[in-house]
Amino acid sequence: MLTLDEDQTLLMDSARAGVAQASPVSEYRRLREPQGEGFSRRFWATCGEMGWSGVLVDEAHGGSGFGVLGAGLLAREMARTLTLSPFLSTAVLAAAALGAGGSPAQRQEWLPRIAAAEAIVAFAHEDTPGGWPTMAHLESPDFRLEGEKSFVLDGHVADALIVSARTDNGPYLVLVDPKANGVSRQTRILVDGRRVATYRFEGVEVDEFAFLPGGALALERTLDVARAVLAASACGVAEEAFRRTLEYLKERRQFDRRIGSFQALQHRAGLAHIAVENAWSATLVALQALDSGANSAAFDVAVAKSKASRAAQEVTAECLQMHGGVGMTDAFDVGLYLKRARVDATLFGDAAFHADRVATMLGY
Amino acid sequence: MAIDAHEIRNWLEAECPVEMRAATRGDEDVCWGGRRWAFQSPAQKLWFERCLARGFTVPTWPREYGGAGLSRDEADVLYAEMRRIGARPPLTSFGISMLGPALLAFGTPAQKAEHLPRIALGQIRWCQGYSEPGAGSDLASLATRAEDKGDHFLVNGQKIWTSYADKADWIFCLVRTNRDAKKQLGISFVLIDMATPGVSTRPIVLISGKSPFCETFFDDVAVPKGNLVGKLDRGWDVAKYLLTHEREMIAGGGSNLFDSHALDKAAAQVRPKDPILRAKIAEAAVDTYAFDATRRRYSDEVARGGELGARSALLKYDGAELNKRRHELAMSLAGADGLYFDGNREPGVAEGWLRSKGNSIEGGTSEVMLDIVAKRLLDLPAD
Ligand SMILES: Cc1cc2nc3c(=O)[nH]c(=O)nc-3n(C[C@H](O)[C@H](O)[C@H](O)COP(=O)(O)OP(=O)(O)OC[C@H]3O[C@@H](n4cnc5c(N)ncnc54)[C@H](O)[C@@H]3O)c2cc1C
Repeated sequence: MLTLDEDQTLLMDSARAGVAQASPVSEYRRLREPQGEGFSRRFWATCGEMGWSGVLVDEAHGGSGFGVLGAGLLAREMARTLTLSPFLSTAVLAAAALGAGGSPAQRQEWLPRIAAAEAIVAFAHEDTPGGWPTMAHLESPDFRLEGEKSFVLDGHVADALIVSARTDNGPYLVLVDPKANGVSRQTRILVDGRRVATYRFEGVEVDEFAFLPGGALALERTLDVARAVLAASACGVAEEAFRRTLEYLKERRQFDRRIGSFQALQHRAGLAHIAVENAWSATLVALQALDSGANSAAFDVAVAKSKASRAAQEVTAECLQMHGGVGMTDAFDVGLYLKRARVDATLFGDAAFHADRVATMLGY
Repeated sequence: MAIDAHEIRNWLEAECPVEMRAATRGDEDVCWGGRRWAFQSPAQKLWFERCLARGFTVPTWPREYGGAGLSRDEADVLYAEMRRIGARPPLTSFGISMLGPALLAFGTPAQKAEHLPRIALGQIRWCQGYSEPGAGSDLASLATRAEDKGDHFLVNGQKIWTSYADKADWIFCLVRTNRDAKKQLGISFVLIDMATPGVSTRPIVLISGKSPFCETFFDDVAVPKGNLVGKLDRGWDVAKYLLTHEREMIAGGGSNLFDSHALDKAAAQVRPKDPILRAKIAEAAVDTYAFDATRRRYSDEVARGGELGARSALLKYDGAELNKRRHELAMSLAGADGLYFDGNREPGVAEGWLRSKGNSIEGGTSEVMLDIVAKRLLDLPAD
């Protein structure tokens, strides 16, 4: 059933109201400024109180266990007001990685703190292009980690890192203390105000208990969860930009008529609506498939991330166009959505990257 | 649930002839039914009869009219299992996809009892008399008139683009019964037996070289009053309701990227040869799966209560445009070979491509669909 049940609807509705109140767009404007941390610790605490940071954490570890669909619904609501928080890095990526691949001790150590929003755990996966690929090699009795990672969301404030690294036995995820010897970082600001870090690992000592036993499967699962949740976030961005644009079309007058009465704009709006509808449908399929463990999940995720990424980019650009000159101003919100959409669309594989995966999975 | 996916799967495995599990290449593979119907193969006949026995020609219709009485959810189980093995529909007709739903909603008990079973049994083939030379997108300006003659209407006028009018037994028609009212409020919905004196058809040749549709003429055609569906002068309500079903059906063509045999065979070889074409197919694949997800989502939402309503225009727009894209890609994959148009070639690709161009015209053009999306779904103003 591609519909939401009562609990899911309740979660969505309460998140919409709660996010709008705790983290409106005005808050985003304050947080994006370069001097601060780039997110609100108060809002993150709210996430803990509401059970949102524990959305992927099972009840035994203090989470709310709403699953991947729950995480997607929350990300979509948080995107509507451009919320900046460690939700994606910690509540989604880290919780998914530990849940899918962590040892009992690792889960016991981190999951309750994630659920309570008492820790920020960042996920370092993207090897810096042209940099060193991240490797963990054995130098008995311990391992040494070498390499460089970019786009580590919330890496600038992380209490712990989960790093993907190649080993002689395939890829693994490794828990790393950002304060350990040999770890250095640089904070960067993205076009939508989001903070990420570039991490360098030079001969960082890690013992065998730092490795998540789940190995490559846990990495794949984490990436798929992140892609699907990002697709949901992209949907939220596009839907909200479009909702605001529809209001504008019904308000703004030119040639003695409301501009929304012009057929050229009606058809552009119609196409934007169709794109948004299809993006959400594909995303819902992917979120459900990840929860049910369907065989098609990886394929569904690739479709969703590709579709939602393209839709979000195209729709937010159309929304800007339909605003005319004010759309180009920083004072007007529509441009903020354009920037956010581009970031959501690009992280963890853009529309083209995932379309390519779809073609490969279909056998051509 | 009254239907068991496992049982259906076994039944299909046992009863659906292998020949009926291949994609249709065109009209010549479709089972239309009707008074003059001749089955095109023994397998087609067998498959039709086996489905008929279970009410599967019209799975969601009540049993008393020849259906299986399935809910929308249950029917989805059946359709999913049929898709899994590529089973063809046992019977296709405008009676099933268009008139039936309208009669179920607006027909009198007598009309339902007379017409629905004959549709379900494939005995009567229907065609649709909406468009006229002067009334296309602006359908409500139609001029074919029906005069009240006491016990019957006298119908005079002309329809155009009437698909399969020369092969159909009956026609459902929009006629003007009131010239003084606002144009939408003077139209009635009537059923006319094509064998009635005064009804004639003339085929129109299309760009595909085929003549699937006609001009239809009415000269002093007497139509019994009992053939009026819905209220006098309120046929527009019936017409619009029927159109939502027609649009949903046309939209279905957008769901199957690889339904076209040209595309699935050729796509597997495209990668090394033509990366740009491969990228276009990949994007079309993404859009197709996303569109299909929307179709399923709306269907699930409707199953929970409510009407598809104006969302049928959204599906119709997107499905039609996707289907055109699919056929453009199939032609590109066929390359120069796709250009042959004589007897000495693999049929289907060029015909499919030419036919698909009509998808964004029939049942309301893409422009009209976007108007409906803007006005009815997005509530954008008229001025
Ligand atoms: C394959 C096929 C099968 C068909 N089968 C049937 C059938 O069985 N029975 C039947 O009754 N009819 C049938 N039709 C007819 C179909 O419904 C009409 O062709 C359609 O409604 C368009 O009308 P028209 O051809 O007069 O085009 P027009 O209405 O003249 O349109 C011409 C162009 O103008 C555009 N246009 C018109 N109005 C507007 C507007 N308000 N805003 C913007 N653009 C506009 C249209 O989108 C189109 O691009 C069929 C058509 C096709 C192609």
